[in-house]
Amino acid sequence: MAIVSTAEFKGGLKIMMDNDPCTILSNEFVKPGKGQAFNRVKLRNLKTGRVLEKTFKSGDTVETADVVDVEMQYLYNDGEHWHFMQPQSFEQYGAEPAAVADAKQWLKEQDICIVTLWNGNPIAVTPPNFVELTITETDPGVRGDTSGGGGKPATLETGAVVRVPLFIQTAEVIKVDTRTGEYVSRVK
Amino acid sequence: MLAAVRRFFDQRGVLEVETPVLSRTGATDPHLVSFTTRLHQPGSHGAALPLLLQTSPEFAMKRLLAAGSGCIYQICKAFRDEEQGRLHNPEFTLLEWYRVGFGLTDLIAETDELVRSLCAPALPLAAPEVFAYRDLFRQRLGIDPVEAGIETLVQCAVTQGLPEAEELCGNNKPLWLDFCFSHRIQPELGRGRLSFVRDFPAVLPSLARHKPDCPELVERVEVYLAGVELANGFHELQDAAEQDRRFEADLQRRRLAGMDVPPKDGRLLAALDAGLPDCAGIALGLDRLLMLRQGARDLTEVLAFPVDRA
Repeated sequence: MAIVSTAEFKGGLKIMMDNDPCTILSNEFVKPGKGQAFNRVKLRNLKTGRVLEKTFKSGDTVETADVVDVEMQYLYNDGEHWHFMQPQSFEQYGAEPAAVADAKQWLKEQDICIVTLWNGNPIAVTPPNFVELTITETDPGVRGDTSGGGGKPATLETGAVVRVPLFIQTAEVIKVDTRTGEYVSRVK
Repeated sequence: MLAAVRRFFDQRGVLEVETPVLSRTGATDPHLVSFTTRLHQPGSHGAALPLLLQTSPEFAMKRLLAAGSGCIYQICKAFRDEEQGRLHNPEFTLLEWYRVGFGLTDLIAETDELVRSLCAPALPLAAPEVFAYRDLFRQRLGIDPVEAGIETLVQCAVTQGLPEAEELCGNNKPLWLDFCFSHRIQPELGRGRLSFVRDFPAVLPSLARHKPDCPELVERVEVYLAGVELANGFHELQDAAEQDRRFEADLQRRRLAGMDVPPKDGRLLAALDAGLPDCAGIALGLDRLLMLRQGARDLTEVLAFPVDRA
């Protein structure tokens, strides 16, 4: 792997930190007028999603991480692994539960996701920003209510539970923003 | 802002001066890297004299003071290589001034008056706070920066959630102090007012004189606003022999670190030898002050052309 110095640190660069791949969120050059220069770096651990801050001496070097984001189609879950396919090469990857994490509640077969590969292994899955899913269960709506109000919980085909307006019924298809987990609209 | 600075000093009878940006000698401070250029005499193909771009006008201004200039100020460009970031541009504007007969306390009062007048009305500032460096460490981190050994500092860093400090700082006490200060003390300073931090440990580099009753401290002051270092001032060292010793120590550190070793400024030493009047001086980063006054987050927002577009 390549070696990079703090001078090349910038948002989005993937580096190795304590044996885990991390992405740099921000890099601040800190130097007292009469003192040593540091770089205060904010990183996200790509395996755990945790954000950490670490200080480097300016000029220190680290290894880059072989991390790429690839668009893949979600195929199926065999009970142990979630399987994805690269549409161009038809190459398939099995992701561990830890890599799929919170994304799994939005994964519908055939949908295109972003799979993050580290040394060729899936370590994270990002679902599409918007997904369209069928409601499998929700309480019947109250007559006369057209939108507004508090809403009610609805269970989706993937198992996710979102709040929907009262007029939405079981078996309808809705659009959900996966970044916030919020209902967007009804899909006709 | 420049016009307001000139009015301020004009009203106080401080003389505006200019000194050369190019010099045969440069900063010996091991944390500063000078830009180098070359002087060619007319027709002297090849043969050249290396000249450094100033990292501050301090040495030249002290030569003027020793020559009897009285109180002086200067607005000039300074240049520091290997410094670029949100708060650093390799070329920047310094306001540096010297007041004959002033000690650190007078200098703090004048600096506060100047900065508050420059910030108003866009950024009104409350009355300043003045801290002793030592007290800040005691209050905020529970350690004495002068007495603390490396073990105490390692402990402190762990408690503060900065475990990487041990590997970064090793046995380097000045580095430890800078690290703790910049990570845990500085960000809290200068909230809605200027924070002055004075009387630094002598192990940190400076051109300040020792505190008379306390030789492990020097009469140095740093000024912070919104967590940003704005200025650094000294009750100036007058002793040529002591200055020469500090130059030598700096150069030795540069040699050990494999850095360029610039010639010592013999003319400054001669000037100190001839007699620098009792004075205090301070250098203030005008770009940073403008940035804070305008509510900007990055110097590039207030520079006409930052170095990437120069």
